[in-house]
Amino acid sequence: MLKETKSKKGAFIALACVAVLLALTVVLENVLDPTRNIMLFTVLKKGAVYALVASSMNLLNGFTGLFSLGQAGFMLLGAYAYAMFTIPSAARDSVYYLYGGSAIRFSLPELFGGGAFGLILGVLLALILAGIVAAAVAWLIGLPVLRLKSDYLAIATLGFAEIIRAVFQWDKLGPVTNGANALKSYPTFSSFNIPGGLRLSTFVAFLLAAVCIAVILLLINSSYGRAFKAIREDEVAAEAMGINLARHKRLSFCISSFFAGVGGGLFAMFANQVQAKTFTTALTYEILLIVVIGGIGSISGSCIASFLYVACSEWWLRFLDTEVTLGNGFKLPFLRNGFRMVVFSVIIMVVVLFFRRGIMGDKELTDLFRKRKPKTAAGKEGAK
Amino acid sequence: MQYALSIFLSGISLGGQYALIAIGYTLVYGILRLINFAHGDVFMVAGLMMVYLSTALPLWAALPLMLVLTVALGFAIERAAYKPLRSAPRMSVMISAIGVSYLLQNLATYVTGGLPKSYPELPFLSDSVVIGGVSTKWVTIVTPFLVIALVFALTQLINHTKVGMAMRAVAKDFETSQLMGIKINSVISMTFIIGSFLAGVGSMLYFSNYPSIVPLSGALPGLRAFVAAVFGGIGSVPGAVVGAFIIGMSESVIKGSPFSIFSDAFTFALLIVILVVKPTGLFGEKVTDKV
Amino acid sequence: MKETVLQAEHITMQFGGVVAVNDLSLHVDRGEIVALIGPNGAGKTTAFNCITGVYEPTNGRVSFLGKPMVENYPQGKLAKTYAGEHQGMFKEKLSPTPDHITRLGIARTFQNIRLFGSLTVFDNVLIAKHMRAKQNFLSATFRLNAKEEKRMREEAMALLEEQNLAHLKDEIAGSLPYGLQRRLEIARALATDPKLLLLDEPAAGMNPQETQELTDFIKKIRGEYDLTVFMIEHHMDLVMQISDRIYVLDFGKLIAQGTPEDIQNDPRVIEAYLGVADDVED
Repeated sequence: MLKETKSKKGAFIALACVAVLLALTVVLENVLDPTRNIMLFTVLKKGAVYALVASSMNLLNGFTGLFSLGQAGFMLLGAYAYAMFTIPSAARDSVYYLYGGSAIRFSLPELFGGGAFGLILGVLLALILAGIVAAAVAWLIGLPVLRLKSDYLAIATLGFAEIIRAVFQWDKLGPVTNGANALKSYPTFSSFNIPGGLRLSTFVAFLLAAVCIAVILLLINSSYGRAFKAIREDEVAAEAMGINLARHKRLSFCISSFFAGVGGGLFAMFANQVQAKTFTTALTYEILLIVVIGGIGSISGSCIASFLYVACSEWWLRFLDTEVTLGNGFKLPFLRNGFRMVVFSVIIMVVVLFFRRGIMGDKELTDLFRKRKPKTAAGKEGAK
Repeated sequence: MQYALSIFLSGISLGGQYALIAIGYTLVYGILRLINFAHGDVFMVAGLMMVYLSTALPLWAALPLMLVLTVALGFAIERAAYKPLRSAPRMSVMISAIGVSYLLQNLATYVTGGLPKSYPELPFLSDSVVIGGVSTKWVTIVTPFLVIALVFALTQLINHTKVGMAMRAVAKDFETSQLMGIKINSVISMTFIIGSFLAGVGSMLYFSNYPSIVPLSGALPGLRAFVAAVFGGIGSVPGAVVGAFIIGMSESVIKGSPFSIFSDAFTFALLIVILVVKPTGLFGEKVTDKV
Repeated sequence: MKETVLQAEHITMQFGGVVAVNDLSLHVDRGEIVALIGPNGAGKTTAFNCITGVYEPTNGRVSFLGKPMVENYPQGKLAKTYAGEHQGMFKEKLSPTPDHITRLGIARTFQNIRLFGSLTVFDNVLIAKHMRAKQNFLSATFRLNAKEEKRMREEAMALLEEQNLAHLKDEIAGSLPYGLQRRLEIARALATDPKLLLLDEPAAGMNPQETQELTDFIKKIRGEYDLTVFMIEHHMDLVMQISDRIYVLDFGKLIAQGTPEDIQNDPRVIEAYLGVADDVED
């Protein structure tokens, strides 16, 4: 029982930390001028979105041991679902101009009467819908695919993501998906900035991502989370312990896809426009690499790695892409467009080969604060 | 009629090119149980190397040098990125393969500056020929024959040489063959060498048919070839070839239809159907897990 | 007349052309400890796997507490290549998944220990409690099942205490010494509240002292948990000491059955073992 009170205390501390973090984003965005610090706020928002998507992938790959590469497909579904339900009616004709208007005639924020209240409710509902659409498709895909083993599962989910992408680019669906063209004009993070008042765009991104990640964490630490881990450890033994493999794998797959869908919706809010060609296999790989860098089986690792990855690729390593000529006319070698990504992929290979546990291994931040007990009985008995 | 013939010709030639890549997948999977995600990118790099080498060297020197360098690349990738992970979980090796693929693509983007590079005109292969009223390049005609010759040579190697026997043994049972004194590492290197060599030849045939080559050029042909390998029954060389011709043919047909946007989707749908209905493919052997 | 817990009728398991288990019929009564012995490769583990749903038998029926649980007959291609007996005797096809069988009340351990290696000892046992919980994933995620979760934890803890593993609860299961891993695996199986416990070579790799401890342990849990035990074992000391009855399997066929005394004096058994004398103490 001691452990339980301890974990309650841990949860409380974690909650406090998140609250402080959220408050910090509000302060930061209102003290610093966002137009002067575009990079910082881009990184913060994109990092938050990626943290959620990476956590959702980790739930599946790291905790359930199902190697799926369909994340981009589920993000696409979420992003489209979010955008399609929130584009204001007035803007629909201009967004869907190629197809003579949209097949969907309503907009969720307007259904709730518009204004701040309508915006909040509409966006929330659209995000939940985004998740549900992704989860529903995942359920369908899972029926045939989840029976496959490790690498076959990976390639089949990757294939499904590509199929989804092709379907969304199909002309015939134009009135719904706008074909290969972008969806835009829907509410974004910036829509939550109060004109002349508080700027809340970063706060909203953090809040939404944090709530979702918290739910993922709660799930992982529940009885179902333990069952997922059992499946990861040994499928045969898990089944012998009465865990229904098909049901639990499907559950994990759908929940992971739900949050990937919500993440896709947030990604749409971040990017200001949605286009199917963004959601390629390369995006899935990017998320996978974040999970690996953070540590497979660690949600806090995924979060830290997301911000690090986004900061490096969007901001800190940008200088690698620009040619630099020193005062004496000496041109620094290698620096030119594309070098950043080379350095990046080398770093990733180094992590994959030499630091396979990533930043956090399978530990969470809270584990680091817990004192490690001295090696006890097991060691002694082993020596006997 | 002419239309049908042109579809057929391009299908056969695509199929042959995919077959050469698919063999690389199937050999490596047969032995390491690893989907070598980087294989398609090796194929792309082979194409790019040809672009650069042919500007500096005459063709008779550039071509063999390209093949040698491609083989060296395949060998190096295995030694650097897969060998250290031999005892690691399968997921780690697959992630490493994805990492290598990512690295090769980014390197290619860096070197080319992201611009499409036009593939050099090869004498004879790039020349036009008219068959049954359809104008095409010689490479289209040559490909299937060259593929059949290479596959014949490969099956001879696998079935009638000591190396080939070692390869078959390792594919059957990794650990036991190790205990029997087979040098696992050299056998694995050998498969990568063969696979890369064939990918090099394949890139020459494939890119002769296309105006240009970009860093992502390898990804999709790679995936299609992988699907072909699964279709034929992964681990089986003849299976990969048959699968590749089927995939090439269907791609050619779909590309010529109003559903061309779904050509990749179709490939993947096919893959999923095979995996679900008959995961062993056309010629694969059944493996049961021991409890 | 004692209640029959497990009854296998004419079980045949064919892999390709190989008949691994051939026309095996046996029964285990309530409260008994029954052993299945035989030389290596006799098909003992295959028989276990047929009972627990890991494999689908090619032909035959397994009933649990009087109800048919697993049943199959040769179909399709197998109908032609079937090399066993009693073809046409069974008409139904029942092939529940292993988790379903565990839910009915049959728990098992594995020949090559299959713990959840990187999880703690406590979690290993707690996971076995998941099956009988009434929660769904939403109530579990949002902690609406606090009472049930608490009960699961208490039961798991109680079990660990009874098995003298409580002091190890936070250790990583894979890091335990071999003997303790075996014990934990049995504790984990008990956590599923089984009526019948199947042990696959529980004493494999144990020294005589550990084997003796295990013997006492099995006797103890049979009494405490009102269990029926069916086990595969090579250690003859253990088998002869605790078994009520013994079945002997050789090349997939049942060659003898009876009390330990019967078996010890059965010429067919002696012959089967002498032929492969090296394996007896394996």
